[in-house]
Amino acid sequence: MKKFLKLFFYTLFLISFLPQVYAAEKVEYLTTDWSFKGLFGKFDRSALQRGYHVYTEVCSSCHSMKYLSYRNLAQEGGPEFTEAEAKAIAASFEVTDGPNSDGEMFTRPGKLSDKFVMPYENVKAAQAANGGAYPPDMSVLVKARGGGVDYIYSLLQGYEDPPAGVILDDGVYYNKYMYGNKIKMANQLSDGLIEYSDGTKATVEQMSKDVTTFLMWAAEPHLESRHKMGFKAIVYLIILTILVYFSMKRIWSRIETKV
Amino acid sequence: MSDHEYTPKSNFGKWFNDRLPLLTLANHLTDYPTPKNLNYWWTFGGILTFCLVTQIVTGLVLAMHYIAHADMAFDSVEHIMRDVNYGWLIRYIHANGASMFFLAVYIHIFRSLFYGSYKAPREIIWIIGIIIYLLMMAAAFMGYVLPWGQMSFWGATVITNLFSAIPLVGEGIVTWLWGGYSVDNPTLTRFFTLHYLIPFLILGLVVLHIWALHVPGNNNPIGIDVKKPSKDTVPFHPYIVIKDAFALLMFMIVFAFFVFYTPNILGHADNYIEANPLVTPAHIVPEWYLLPFYAILRSVPDKLMGVIAMLSAIFILAALPWLDTSKIRSAVFRPLYRQFYWILVADVLILGYVGAMPAEGLYLLIARVATTYYFLHFLVILPILGFKERTLPVPLSITEPVLGGSSNLAAARDDSRLEKLK
Repeated sequence: MKKFLKLFFYTLFLISFLPQVYAAEKVEYLTTDWSFKGLFGKFDRSALQRGYHVYTEVCSSCHSMKYLSYRNLAQEGGPEFTEAEAKAIAASFEVTDGPNSDGEMFTRPGKLSDKFVMPYENVKAAQAANGGAYPPDMSVLVKARGGGVDYIYSLLQGYEDPPAGVILDDGVYYNKYMYGNKIKMANQLSDGLIEYSDGTKATVEQMSKDVTTFLMWAAEPHLESRHKMGFKAIVYLIILTILVYFSMKRIWSRIETKV
Repeated sequence: MSDHEYTPKSNFGKWFNDRLPLLTLANHLTDYPTPKNLNYWWTFGGILTFCLVTQIVTGLVLAMHYIAHADMAFDSVEHIMRDVNYGWLIRYIHANGASMFFLAVYIHIFRSLFYGSYKAPREIIWIIGIIIYLLMMAAAFMGYVLPWGQMSFWGATVITNLFSAIPLVGEGIVTWLWGGYSVDNPTLTRFFTLHYLIPFLILGLVVLHIWALHVPGNNNPIGIDVKKPSKDTVPFHPYIVIKDAFALLMFMIVFAFFVFYTPNILGHADNYIEANPLVTPAHIVPEWYLLPFYAILRSVPDKLMGVIAMLSAIFILAALPWLDTSKIRSAVFRPLYRQFYWILVADVLILGYVGAMPAEGLYLLIARVATTYYFLHFLVILPILGFKERTLPVPLSITEPVLGGSSNLAAARDDSRLEKLK
């Protein structure tokens, strides 16, 4: 029994090191105090709302988010805009619908049930407009990159003048966190680029943090309920394990063998 | 194994049981005499049953929402993650459940290796187990293809391409497997079909595995036969049931930790990028549980020989009951085997590690040494060891060491000795 427990804790201990091992393989990324990490991690509502602001003003002109709908903006565990706000946001976009009874496509203001409007018709159009590089869809981007949120957060702040000897083609930029250091996206953020409605100062660092938080939510919209349920499930399991342990001790006490 | 005839108490029970002896079966399962000295390594059989049932149940629900089409598979998985009620929970349980299943099966297999559970009269149990393990690998591989991410697509391409190593007919077989000239929609739909089928095959084999187990009964940590069932064994219920339940709950805590707090740590980030036949990922790696075999495959320079080496590494296990010539089952009484056992464990872990690394330079060299040792262990060390090794005296019965006995026998009491050796 003792040995079993010991082994159990060794396993937990090793598991807790896994993230570090995985993270240690590449450059050291910048990080910040992410509110959604840890056992009780939750999103910072205002950061999500600001992050959405950055996304629409800056990223959305090239990057789609095809798995998100405007209704998600009002959902629990997300930016939690009021329904009226989310409706207004949706209505500010023109959505192509149809065909109508005449067989014609038409445009109308967006509704809550609409998916986020795409910046380009298709991948080819996106590539043509961006020097051959496809700006990746950002719905699950955080989960699709090795470093996760830290990687995105660093990348946004990683633009530098190329070191001597590195020659960049036209439309290629130097970023110290990008794989191979060459990136086709120009530096998008600069201090004071946008004006936050809640009065927060829009520094590059602040905007990077906000938009990365928003992307994390976009990739894991149920993160908050996952953390909440996880805590309950594990506490429940621990209590049950203790009860079963004592039942086991009692049952096995009928014979001489120890468990 | 029960030494008494069972008769149901009620008249209806008797009537029913005469026609279909389900009650006799239930009675056999609850009364099944189990060696009383089983340690916690024996709880993984129950844990594995739990894993299989979990995978089947969550898999059924996922299949209700998943669309097996190259253009829609990735979208449908995101639909499950976002819009299906608790879809994220079901999918994360299923995805991490595969890893937990393999974690448990590796412990189960290495327990068998340590205590010689594969030896006579349990060879059939062991061989059925190897077939289950093979089917598990096939099911896991095909399951990983279904989300149709980059690793799905390129993993499928690499693995199916292995068949092209077969002389003459190889290329034809690969085309036949793909249902076309590359991994594409026909490949996805057939993988989905097979991924759905295999768990039920496994379930059937598990029944046979348990049936074959119930003929000779369980092996045990000291590896000797039950002498007196009344003294050496306890009924399965409630003794083993409660102990298995306790171990299962501990296992579920680890499982829950993965599902709720690091659900993506065991997967690869590239699999959240939709499959793209025009872009090859920098490193194509299989899931962690296949890495040792991947390392063996890549350590051989010739493709055909690599495939043969990889397959032999698995099939060699089926011959284990005859390769291990020692009459003594448990490693507790085999001081030399015990050391080779731990070297083998380390060897497999090293293979797993280099399997995840690029196949070049020092990694390749390590993989080659480790692969050679793997085969050396089974083909040379084990057969010779049975003749050369001086084993320790084995206790007369299970009860004797359990109840104390002489100081020498106390050594066999449980595996506290092993702890020192670790």
